[in-house]
Amino acid sequence: MTILGELPGPFFGEYGGRFMPESLITAIDELAAAYDLAKSDPAFHAELRELERTYSGRPSIITEVPRFAQHAGGARIILKREDLNHTGSHKINNVLGQALLTRRIGKTRVIAETGAGQHGVATATAAALFGFECTVYMGEVDTKRQALNVARMRLLGAEVVSVTTGSRTLKDAINEAYREWVTSVETTNYIFGTAAGPHPFPAMVRDFQKIIGEEARAQVMELTGRLPDAVVACVGGGSNAIGIFTAFLDDPGVKLFGYEAAGDGIDTDRHAAAIERGRPGILHGARSYLLQDEDGQTVESHSISAGLDYPGVGPEHAYLSDIGRATYLPTSDTEAMEALRLLSMTEGIIPAIESAHALSGALKLGRELGPDAVILVNLSGRGDKDVQTAGDWFGLFDEGAVQA
Amino acid sequence: MTTTTHSVAATIEATRRAGTGALVGYLPVGFPDLATSVDAAVALVESGVDVLELGLPYSDPVMDGLVIQKATQTALEAGFRIRDVFTAVEAIRSRVDAPVLVMTYWNPVMQYGADRFADALMNAGGAGLITPDITPDSAADWLATSERTGLDRVFLAAPSSTDARIVTTVAASRGFVYAVSTMGITGARHDVDAAARTLVSRLRAAESENVCVGIGISTADQVAEVLAYADGAIVGSALVTALAEHGVSGLARTAAALAQGRSR
Ligand SMILES: Cc1ncc(COP(=O)(O)O)c(C=O)c1O
Repeated sequence: MTILGELPGPFFGEYGGRFMPESLITAIDELAAAYDLAKSDPAFHAELRELERTYSGRPSIITEVPRFAQHAGGARIILKREDLNHTGSHKINNVLGQALLTRRIGKTRVIAETGAGQHGVATATAAALFGFECTVYMGEVDTKRQALNVARMRLLGAEVVSVTTGSRTLKDAINEAYREWVTSVETTNYIFGTAAGPHPFPAMVRDFQKIIGEEARAQVMELTGRLPDAVVACVGGGSNAIGIFTAFLDDPGVKLFGYEAAGDGIDTDRHAAAIERGRPGILHGARSYLLQDEDGQTVESHSISAGLDYPGVGPEHAYLSDIGRATYLPTSDTEAMEALRLLSMTEGIIPAIESAHALSGALKLGRELGPDAVILVNLSGRGDKDVQTAGDWFGLFDEGAVQA
Repeated sequence: MTTTTHSVAATIEATRRAGTGALVGYLPVGFPDLATSVDAAVALVESGVDVLELGLPYSDPVMDGLVIQKATQTALEAGFRIRDVFTAVEAIRSRVDAPVLVMTYWNPVMQYGADRFADALMNAGGAGLITPDITPDSAADWLATSERTGLDRVFLAAPSSTDARIVTTVAASRGFVYAVSTMGITGARHDVDAAARTLVSRLRAAESENVCVGIGISTADQVAEVLAYADGAIVGSALVTALAEHGVSGLARTAAALAQGRSR
C-alpha cells in the first residue's frame, strides 16, 4: 500500500510536475536537489526544530471551543492554534525551512509572493533574522485590503512591490515574482508560500507544514483519547490544509475536509473554488484544478479573503480529491464572516478571514456529524490584519472616525 | 518528415546562403484587433521579416515584459479566442510567403487539445509552435503531436541551461532553437547580453543547426551584431511598440529599418 503521507512528487497522480520556462529550470532543479540532501540531513532538521522552539513558538497549542461548538450541533471542536505562531499564521513554518535552505545554497536575497500578506510578513521576518535582502510581490488589490501587513513588511526591512497587472491579486503577484526571478536567479531564492507551483514546492512546503498535523494528532489523542472524526482546514493554495492533513492521511477513519472560498456564492461567477468549479490545467508550473475558461485563459477568482483569492490549488489536493481521500467544499464570504464573528464573541479568539472559512465549514460539518463527533480545525492565522475588513463588513467603526 | 519549401529551416537556410541571416518578427494575434494584426504581420514580411512569430494572447504570460503584456491583455479584453489564431495564420499565408510559427504558453493548447490544435494549425498553413513555458522533459504530448504532424517545435535555451539540458533541447527542437539572450523577460534593452554569444556557441557545440537569438533586440545594430554569430535575430517588443504607437505603416517603417541590420 502506498503511504499517502509521504508522496515525494513531482507528480501526485496526474497532478503536479514542473512546467516552467527553461530560464528557471536550473534554479528549480538545484533547489530540488538541495532539498533532497537537506531532507536526509539530521543537522538540517535539528536547526529547524531549534528555530521552531526558540523563535516561532512551537509546538502550538490546541484549544477546545465549547461555546463556539454549541453552534455546531454540539460536536467537540478543537482548534490547532497556528494563529499563535510568531508573525501570526502557519506561514512561518514553511518560511523558516526555506530560509535555512536558502542559506545552504548560498543565496543572499529572497523574493516572495503574498496574498494576505502573511507569507510576505513571514518571509520578511526570516530575511531580517538571516540577514537576507528581501523583496515581496503583492497584488495592488491586496496591498489595499491588507495594508497593515504592507507596513509590517516594510518595518521588517523588506521592499514591497505592488503588482498592477492582471487581476492585481495573488495570481499576478506570482507572475511578477517569476518574471523578477528570471533576472536575478543567480543570487536570489524564491521562497514560495503555498503547496502549489512547480516541483519541489508542493512536496517541500507540505513537508515544512506537516508538523501542524503531527503535533495536533498527538495533542488530540492526549485530550480525547482518540483520533478526531474529521480534520478541517481552509484551502487557498493549500499549505495549511496539507500541513494538518498529512499526519492523518493514512488514518482511514479520519475524514478530511478542505474549504474553498465561495466568495459571493458558489453559483455566482465570483468565487475561488478551484476544485469544485475548475478543471485540470497548468498554471504557475503545475498541473492541477484551475478556474479557467474554455480557451484555458485563467479566470479571476474572488474572495473577501486575500489569502484564498487564487484561481488554482496545490496538486496534492487535486489528487486527494480525485481519489476521494479528502473532500473539498465551498463556503461563502458571508458564512466565513459570520463564523469569524461567532468565534470572536464566543471564545475571545479573532481568526484570520482565511481561517474563518475553515470555522464556517466546521459549523456545518458539526451539525451533520452530531454531538459525538470530534472535529479538529486548523486555525491557520489570527485576524489582526483583517480588523479593517471586518469593521467595514459589520459596520463597527464610529461614523466620522478616521481610520488609519 | 515533410519539409515544405516554406518551412522555417528552409527559410533560415536560404538566408544563410544569401549571407544575410534571418529576421524573425513577433506580433500578438488580435492586437489591436484581429484584422489589423493580420495586416501588421503581412506588413512585416513585406518590409523584410523572414519568419513570423505570432503570439497567442494568454492571461498569465510569465515570460513577457510590460509591452507585450499590455498588447496581449488588450487582445484578450477585445474578446480574443484561440480559433482566431488559425484564422490569422490562414489569412497571412494567403497573402505572403513566409513561415508562421505560433508562440504560445501551454495551457491554452492543452485545453484546446494538443492534437486538435496541431491539426488546425496545419490546416491553416502554420509551421509550428514556440513554447516558452514548457521544456522537452515536460512536453510529452507536444513531442508526440509534432512527430505525427511534422510541425516545427521550437524550445528555448537559456544562459543558465546546463550542458545536459542544452543537448536535450537541441535534440528535441525542430526549426530552430530559441536562444534566450539574457536572463530576463521580453522587452527592449540597450545592450544584447554577451551571454547570448556564449550560449549560441554552446548550442552549436551541441550541433544545433539553426539558432535564433531573442529577447532585448530592438535596433538594426543589434540585429547586425546578433547575426554575426547566430542564424536569426528575433524582435518582439520593439515591433509591438511601433504598432501600438504608429499603426501598421509605422510598424512597416520600423521593420524595414530593422531589416537593414541583416545585410551588414
Ligand atoms: C492565515 C492564512 N490562512 C490560510 C491561507 C491560505 O493559504 P494556504 O492555502 O496555503 O494555507 C493564508 C494565505 O495567505 C493565510 O494567511
